[in-house]
Amino acid sequence: MTIYIPTPLRPYAAGKDAVDVNAGTVSGALDELTQTFPDLRKHLFTAEGKLRAFVNVYLNDEDIRYLPEKDATAVSAGDTLSIVPSIAGGCQVSDRMNSFLWLTRFPTLSPERRRKGRARSW
Amino acid sequence: MSVLRIAKPVYDAIRAHGEETYPHECCGALLGRGAADGWRIEAAVKAGNTRTDSPKNRYQIAPGELVKIEREARSRGLSIAGFYHSHPDHPAQWSATDFAEAHWLGCSYVITAVAEGSAAVTNSFLLAGTTEEDKRYEQETIEVFATSEAASESLTAPTESKKA
Repeated sequence: MTIYIPTPLRPYAAGKDAVDVNAGTVSGALDELTQTFPDLRKHLFTAEGKLRAFVNVYLNDEDIRYLPEKDATAVSAGDTLSIVPSIAGGCQVSDRMNSFLWLTRFPTLSPERRRKGRARSW
Repeated sequence: MSVLRIAKPVYDAIRAHGEETYPHECCGALLGRGAADGWRIEAAVKAGNTRTDSPKNRYQIAPGELVKIEREARSRGLSIAGFYHSHPDHPAQWSATDFAEAHWLGCSYVITAVAEGSAAVTNSFLLAGTTEEDKRYEQETIEVFATSEAASESLTAPTESKKA
């Protein structure tokens, strides 16, 4: 089966974007991957050996966390495993910083809009 | 300081995306090629914001959608080089939330401030460092380059969006 390596982890997998492994289960595939490229291990797993919270692993189009057998799910040669770090965020600086930045970045806003901006709670 | 080189139609399109979704945050992925001093962005893919509980100040891309985006990048000979999102009525600066939720080391995070519905400042921040423990944001220079590609081809339609 093929394991697809995300951009941030390629430096720890000899620059490869995909690695072929021969394993019977999802966990076996990840074990083989990290045995071949030991530097990947700390990026994928915690010190206790659990998959890091922000690391998603998909067997084909299924999140392994929602598969009945999770990482013990059997895999076959034609399957793919995608490692995908999560992506999220959003604007939430402190109100004081926001007021300062907002007024300096958008000085042309009307006084009414500035007041509205300051009053909003982000 | 690293440089984010981005095709003009892509640059224009991600800023327009922020205007389309205002007052909610937009988000998407940047596809490109690596260079010694930064990424060269050739395409972007719109993503659905799964944070329907707080779309004005939060964004999240469903990991299943990321799998599809990465598949599309591979098919075009590109890599996911980073992500973009908007800050409606908020500066184009990374927030504590942006930093805490950033895990794509070596990738660029582009933020566009959208003021009263109009795209204002666009900034890019490289997530530098080698681990979660030493990661940091470093502001990048944005260089917009001309391309012959049509703008409509540079920002693909959103893929399937899933609720978190």
